[in-house]
Amino acid sequence: MADCNETLKELDRFLDNELASEAISDLSVHLEGCVDCQQTFQFHAELRNIVKLSAKQEPLPQSLITRIEQCFGTDLNEDSENA
Amino acid sequence: MADNAEFTTEAMQYAQSLYSTALRMTRNQSDAEDLVQETYLKAFRSYGSFETGTNLKAWLFRILTNTFINTYRAKQRRPQESDLGSVEDLFLYKRLPSLAGLSESAEEQLLDLFPAAEVREAIENLPETFLLPMLLNDVEGFSYKEVAEILDIPIGTVMSRLHRGRKTMQEALYDYASQRHLITEKDKADG
Repeated sequence: MADCNETLKELDRFLDNELASEAISDLSVHLEGCVDCQQTFQFHAELRNIVKLSAKQEPLPQSLITRIEQCFGTDLNEDSENA
Repeated sequence: MADNAEFTTEAMQYAQSLYSTALRMTRNQSDAEDLVQETYLKAFRSYGSFETGTNLKAWLFRILTNTFINTYRAKQRRPQESDLGSVEDLFLYKRLPSLAGLSESAEEQLLDLFPAAEVREAIENLPETFLLPMLLNDVEGFSYKEVAEILDIPIGTVMSRLHRGRKTMQEALYDYASQRHLITEKDKADG
């Protein structure tokens, strides 16, 4: 079973879903029994959420859509114009 | 080779993500529009070399990133990686012991402490070597391997840049919150 140091070393890969299932279960065993590591992991999971939530999907300016259409030589707004 | 119309439709699905990312890279609407248009122009010109079934989103982001680095980087006023001191691991966690209790409202407390605009600013002020991996991984959800391919750097480098970028972001967030007196001496001492 992983100890605290080994567990914290894998914090990034664990939260980024980059670990193989074997490593995940090894860490999970430790996390279940260790409140300190649990709290550390949870705090950083929340922090990643905050970063995700902060990101905005910016609306595409019509001018840009027109410019991209010109690249493609396609009228992408065909449907909305017919509506 | 992909079918032309199909390729166009699929490629357009990512226009908003590409534009949102371009805005954060250039911090300038007119540059962001130019950058995205150029990305599509290049993508369309070379779509013959794009193989159906491979990751179109990653391919487009690779073109976007390369175009940004080659054409727009010079205009940026971001610090260099070498300008920064090192930030200790678990920077925020160690400084906000009162949040570590993890009540159900922990996330809300974090949201109060670190409003979205400040989180965006903290990320956008990072050196480009940290900014790009963070936009690709934390925001766009690309895996380490995909980020490595998009930026043409080893996976180990992706990991260390993400790690250091996140720590540097935490330090900036802490500074913002301290300036607004949201973090008090009591918070710091509670641990």
